[in-house]
Formats: sequence, C-alpha cells, structure tokens
Amino acid sequence: MRRFPRYLLTLLILALVAAGLATCQEESAESTAPATASDTPPPGVVEGMDTLTGLIARGDYLLVKGNCLACHSAKLITQNRASKEGWLDMIHWMQETQGLQDLGKNEGPIVEYLATYYAPEESGRRPALDSVKWYMLDL
Amino acid sequence: MVFAARLPPGLQLLGWQDQDTLPGKDPGLIILNDRPVNAETPPHLLDQEVTAADRLFVRNNGVVPASIMASEPRDPASWTLTIAGEAVPAAITFTLADLQQQFKHYDYQLTLECGGNGRKEFSPPASGNQWDNGAVGCPRWTGIRLRDVLEAVDYDKSKAVYIGYYGNDTHLSGDPDEVVISRGVPITKALEDESLLAWAINGKPLPPLNGYPLRLVFSGYPASCSGKWLSKIVVRDRVHDGEKMGGASYRVPCEPVTPGADVEDADMCIIEEMPVKSLITSPRTGAVIDAGKLLPISGHAWCGSGKVAQQEYSIDFGSTWTRCRLTQPVNRYAWQHFSAPVAFPKKGYYEVWARATDERGNAQPMVLPAWNPRGYLNNACHRIAVKIV
Repeated sequence: MRRFPRYLLTLLILALVAAGLATCQEESAESTAPATASDTPPPGVVEGMDTLTGLIARGDYLLVKGNCLACHSAKLITQNRASKEGWLDMIHWMQETQGLQDLGKNEGPIVEYLATYYAPEESGRRPALDSVKWYMLDL
Repeated sequence: MVFAARLPPGLQLLGWQDQDTLPGKDPGLIILNDRPVNAETPPHLLDQEVTAADRLFVRNNGVVPASIMASEPRDPASWTLTIAGEAVPAAITFTLADLQQQFKHYDYQLTLECGGNGRKEFSPPASGNQWDNGAVGCPRWTGIRLRDVLEAVDYDKSKAVYIGYYGNDTHLSGDPDEVVISRGVPITKALEDESLLAWAINGKPLPPLNGYPLRLVFSGYPASCSGKWLSKIVVRDRVHDGEKMGGASYRVPCEPVTPGADVEDADMCIIEEMPVKSLITSPRTGAVIDAGKLLPISGHAWCGSGKVAQQEYSIDFGSTWTRCRLTQPVNRYAWQHFSAPVAFPKKGYYEVWARATDERGNAQPMVLPAWNPRGYLNNACHRIAVKIV
C-alpha cells in the first residue's frame, strides 16, 4: 500500500479532532435540556445494558441480578450461551454441587430471561475469525 | 449478597469497586470472569520462550485465600502440607521450610494448559468460562519431586491408585465446609520425575493468583490436576473422588457422541493426557503487510506426552502445508518453538493456520474435535488473519 503523505495525514487528524470537539459540544448542549420521563432509561441502564453488571437490561434481569450474582460474577452469564434446557441444567448443577438455593417461582422467569437474551448461535465446526483488529506491520 | 434484589440499579457498592482483579498480572490479560477470577493471555503475549509469571493465565474455581491476597508480610515457612490417605501409614505434616530443606530441588520448564482452553468455539456452546486460546503457558518451575515426598512418608505401593489434593482457597458461597476443587492424577503420573511440588516460577515465588506459596505441577494433564494453595495430598486406594472429579467436570464422553447430546455420568471418562496443540504467537492476528514481503511467523507446540515431531503452516485453508523449523524441548513437557518465513502469492485476505503432529502421528484437526458437554480438549489448528496490500 502507498502511504499517505504526512501533511495529508496531519490534516485528516485535525479534521477528525475538530469534528469530535463539535460533537462533544452538541452533546453537552443537549444534556442541559430537560429530559422527558418517557425516554429516560431506568437508573444505571445505558443503551439497554445494566452498567453495574453488564447484563442486558430487559425482561426480568433484576431477578437474575438478585438471585445469581450473590455467588458469581455476571461475566459467567454474559460469556455463556444456552437454550432453556441448557440454562436449567446449569442451575441444577449449581443447586446439586455449589449450594444454590431453590429459586421457587423465580426459576421460570430467570430461565426465560437467560434463554432469550443469551441464546446459542449456530457457528458450525469452525466459526469465522471475528473481531480482528487490523494493524500495519512493517517488515 | 444479602438484599441484592433491593439494590437500586446503578448504585455502586462500597467494598466492591476499584479492586485490582489481577494483582501482579500483565494488563494485557483478558479477564473472562472476576468472581472467581479467570483470565487468559492473548497469543501474542505468549511469544516468550519461557512464559513470564505475570503472563501465565489464571483459572480459579474459588476465592484466593484471604491471607494470600492481604498485603501484609507472609511467612512461607509456616505454610504446612499434610500427606494422608488410605495408602499412607500415618498422616504426616511438613512445613514448606521442611520440604525445602529435606528434599532435592529440581527446575523444569513445564507447560500447563487448562482442559477447557478453546471452549469458546464449541457448537452447540459448552458452559463455563469461554476460553479462546490463551489458557496455556510454559514457565520454569522450581520445587521438589512429589515422588520423593511420597517415598519419605513410606506410602503403600501396593495400595496406591491415585493422589488427590486439597487447597486453602475458599468456596464462592463463603461456606467454609464446601470444598472448591479437589482433583488429582493416577499414581503413575504422580511418580514421574517432572511431577513437582513447586514454590517458584522463573526463580521467584509463585504469584498469589497462581497458588502462592505452594502448588502441584502435573504437566501434560489438564491444569486443574495441579492444585494451588496446596495444603493436603491424599494417596488414595481408589480413583480420587473429590470435588470436580465426577459428573461432567474435566470428563468427556467415553465414546464419541452427537454434538449437543445428553450424556449420563456413567458414560463420562476422566481426561488424562492433553492433546497435541500449537499456537502462533507472532505476529499478532490482524497484520497488514506490503505485497512481496516475507512474513516471519513463530510460536510454540506441545503435547500431553512425548514430543511434537512436526510443525506445519498453511495459507490456503489446509489445501497445502509447509514444514516449519521446530526446536527440541529443553526438557520433557516443555513446549517447543517453531518458525517459518511465509510468502503470499498475491494481495488479499489470508489465514495462516498452524498444525502440530506428535510422535505417534496425532495431528491437530482443522475443525473442532469431538464435541463434549463441557467443551474440553479443543486442539483445532490455531489461525491468524493476515492481509496483503
């Protein structure tokens, strides 16, 4: 690949910085405007995610917060994917071997939440390489 | 956490924030879980021939003993290890100082790999920490041979079948009576020269997260066999039946099953030797290089017993393979290093695939190996993405 001339690169960076500053100013101007109640997410929820735990803040996520995170990190949930049966198997394993209590009437909604927002995706025998961060390597 | 359900969303908990999840570790490690702490090393940080202590992955099942994580000075000489079990005439307790004084010291460079390394790729997904490739490392360990200690306590050779371990880590639930993990190895493995009671990595005390002040090292077996914060070893007259020796934990179907199948406990077998595997550690995936240049690649190859006999790479998804230069291991169970200059025929997207073959002719598969409920033993070829521009 032919490299950008240095002055063009500098101009590009300056333009991007200027654009970024403009955006920040717009945002800060917006944030001073009073928000209406209807478009305010619950406290601690940003872009549909519970910021304290990283759980998808939809459905019965508060039940998951209350019942699962006493023992383990939410990361154990958010990095896993399973069907209803799969999540139920994990809950039963935790009850049989790890001292998890009976979830009672909360079990159904908890499993429903997990199987809805953390459902398996078909990836075959070799998933594509994902989230590659490209970088120039000079040899 | 009591009253967790009543916690207003977004409220920051006192005593929960701003703790260093990975004290003493390279900030480049990827945290998979913070309670219990689990973190892996991206392949490019494993490029060193001898893995640095701060780059060794962390796979914990419970909570590191509070005394170990506390910052006050500690006295490793006061740490004790008890040897007991059906095949030991009388339980004997050693201090770490006793062990260091009474037995001959050995140094070996030994590969440790989590049985679930590579779990992330399994389909249908397998539950547990979703390890990518980096739950492996090969530092230099210092310690004494477990065999020497077992002989010193006059273990019963006719009775001994298995050894099991207990450590001082605590259960996530906080229940002091719950055992976090208590696994082990067959007595034949325990008696090998390289089966160590280790107190040092690369000449320095073990990192707190990796078992300070004393741990087992059984290279070639899933790393979960190598107990940390070691306080007790039992020499059993049967296969050890401690926590995480049964069910689906560190076990795979004795006979291959359809992906996603339900497998009865009775049809699961304990994992022993880890399979042949290799990792491209340089360059980091995502390299964009100018056309016409040769790309030097390098990495490591290892297997659960014996040696890696051949290392190859492919840039055409396994249609053709080219041999790499491959070094001999510095000792048994140390990983070997490979390198090759790679030429690309034209511009575009490539994947460089690496394949190791052991002395017995077992090669890494290009697709996922046998599916199992917990996603163990994925030794499919490692690959990196490269663009020629």
